[in-house]
Amino acid sequence: MDLLRFITAGSVDDGKSTLIGRLLYDTKSVLTDQMDAIERASKTRNQAQQTNAPIDLALLTDGLRSEREQGITIDVAYKYFQTPTRKYISIDAPGHIQYTRNMVTGASNADLAVVLIDARHGVIEQTKRHSLIASMLGIEHVLVAVNKMDLVNYSESVFLDIASTYKLLAESLKINNLTIIPVSALNGDNVATKTTQMTWYAGESVLEHLENVQIRQGVNVADARFPVQYVIRPQTAALPDYRGYAGKLLSGVLKKGDEVTVLPSGRNTQIESIEFGEKEIGVAIAPQSVVLHLKDNLDISRGDMVVPTNNQPILSQDIDTIVCWMDDRKALRVGNKYVLQHGVARVRCVVKAIDYKIDVNTYEKNSAPNELLLNDVARITLRSATALPYDSYTQNRANGTMILIDETSNITVGACMIEERK
Amino acid sequence: MKNRGVNEDQQPASMDALDYLEAEAIHILREVAGQFERPALLFSGGKDSITLVHLALKAFRPGKFPFPLVHIDTGHNFKEATDFRDTLAQSLDEKLIVRYVEDTIRTKNLQEQTGKNATRNWLQTFTLLDTIEEFEFDCCIGGARRDEEKARAKERIFSFRDEFGQWDPKRQRPELWDLFNGKIQKGENVRVFPISNWTEMDVWNYIRREKIGLPPIYFSHQREMILRDGHLLANSAFIQKDPDDQIVTRQVRFRTVGDMTCTAAVESEAVLIDDVIAEIMATRVSERGETRIDDQQTEAAMEDRKKGGYF
Ligand SMILES: Nc1nc2c(ncn2[C@@H]2O[C@H](COP(=O)(O)OP(=O)(O)OP(=O)(O)O)[C@@H](O)[C@H]2O)c(=O)[nH]1
Repeated sequence: MDLLRFITAGSVDDGKSTLIGRLLYDTKSVLTDQMDAIERASKTRNQAQQTNAPIDLALLTDGLRSEREQGITIDVAYKYFQTPTRKYISIDAPGHIQYTRNMVTGASNADLAVVLIDARHGVIEQTKRHSLIASMLGIEHVLVAVNKMDLVNYSESVFLDIASTYKLLAESLKINNLTIIPVSALNGDNVATKTTQMTWYAGESVLEHLENVQIRQGVNVADARFPVQYVIRPQTAALPDYRGYAGKLLSGVLKKGDEVTVLPSGRNTQIESIEFGEKEIGVAIAPQSVVLHLKDNLDISRGDMVVPTNNQPILSQDIDTIVCWMDDRKALRVGNKYVLQHGVARVRCVVKAIDYKIDVNTYEKNSAPNELLLNDVARITLRSATALPYDSYTQNRANGTMILIDETSNITVGACMIEERK
Repeated sequence: MKNRGVNEDQQPASMDALDYLEAEAIHILREVAGQFERPALLFSGGKDSITLVHLALKAFRPGKFPFPLVHIDTGHNFKEATDFRDTLAQSLDEKLIVRYVEDTIRTKNLQEQTGKNATRNWLQTFTLLDTIEEFEFDCCIGGARRDEEKARAKERIFSFRDEFGQWDPKRQRPELWDLFNGKIQKGENVRVFPISNWTEMDVWNYIRREKIGLPPIYFSHQREMILRDGHLLANSAFIQKDPDDQIVTRQVRFRTVGDMTCTAAVESEAVLIDDVIAEIMATRVSERGETRIDDQQTEAAMEDRKKGGYF
């Protein structure tokens, strides 16, 4: 059975948590004690606010005290469910602009993004920001759920207006696999099953789409990249010379006998054998975590990368990259130094230039600002202390990502997607 | 040492969901080994930490683990679980460190809970933090899963803790792709959860697939129980009896293994792992809901404990 990870995105109160709650509820993934707990919480809140609202399914994902008190999502929540077809990891992201970095966290591993839009408000800035992030991250599929259709009388024309606005936006972001569905997360219309409220809509429900969509079409099977994570050297009497290079194959395929090069040193050798769970396997496929043995005894340590000799990544100290800036305390400026983490390798780097900033409303490239502030998305140029073996994000996602770490606070402050160098 | 013969059939043509989860967990364990100087694996003798140990074998054998196994023993554990813990560590020839909540209570003069549902669960945190200080651990690997509980559902895989061991859920570090940032200052600490994305069913299916051994309490056996408020607790000297308690003998198994004071059993005839899995698949109650008395006391019990330095 395969695994689909999806994130819900969109602005505050567009209904992200409610949609996930509804999916969990309708797939019978909410167990009785969990249901009792949110029933109790809903009742308490109703009493406090003197209302008589139905059970709030959003409480299933809003797991923190402050989230329940404020009725908002602060950080991503991971929920798990399963149908006979697939296993799902649902990632409920916060809508508030202030918590965008948490949305980026959740989105970075998603195969599909569900972008919610409140039918009464249509496409707004946060819809655009989250769509921009989804497209930068190269999330394979975008499903737009035009939500709260119950509050606009299930009107087809409202839906069509929003759909056509979004299609234009998707075009400018080069979002290719787009599906737009009218829903009411609250009532469950077109969530797990098709509703009778909108007979004018002939397409799939949200769950039907999740069940049918083809994922991981974009996985790179061509370019083998194996960063060495850890060297296994038992040095025991039984295994005095054993030396295994443990790591995860990021992309591509490696086979016994392959001619390989170790970067950054550039030395060539051959794969003598590949091990998994102390058994030899002939072939490793991404993203398996395996152990490599090489013919020659080279000096290899953590952070080095094993690649096919005839298919090597770029090896350079100069890196052009898109960055999502995530530090709410300090700005990114030219000349600033950071720790750069690419795969398992860490080196120092300096910001050489801020090339342009992307306007989240118009997606236009604004020329060279002086600094980047929280939630800015920009293209920057970095120079690292030593050469890094990288690919561009579009060519090979798994080897085209980096993070920037603040040297004093140690916090992750930048999410980077490497660009093709001209 | 195991047989190291060639076995080309081992290679899966493609990876299924369990293979992905396994590969992810191995990657995370090796990141711990690569990024930290003094990590530890928190081991309780329960199914999740036994699964972690099995994953560590896949990550590091034929080498030794780059961390000791550490158990914070409340003194209220099931003997079957602590026996299993000792035997496993011995048979793997890995280092096991056990620290006792009892000792912390004595040296720090801590006040124990008393009365009906008294547990040492909260006190474990003190012993854990002391143990971290004693060995200068910069990282503790734990077997928590996000599907267990709503506060855990929000936690990062590399979960940063300040010098007091506290989790700040409102300021978690971004965690992108598979790039884990374990950089810390001295005195700070990271809790790492390699099986964050596994569900209870995934763990059971993995245990079945890999033929991992478990303590016998996970399978049906006859035991003298205390029937209290609809829950079945193992009868032991650690539980303060209540006038309403009934002592009964039942055929039971445990779905989780925590302290005897706060872990309830389920009635079951399931002797084989297939039967256990079938029963869990059929149940409509969550793992913690069915078996943990301690989480039911307040809505935010787990969140509060984590903020205080709990696992
Ligand atoms: N009428 C109606 N109300 C809805 C619908 N979906 C969600 N709501 C309500 O809209 C409000 C916000 O829903 P949430 O699911 O908490 O919104 P969210 O997008 O998760 O919010 P953040 O995570 O804080 O950004 C709640 O009061 C929901 O009950 C819908 O389809 N129809």
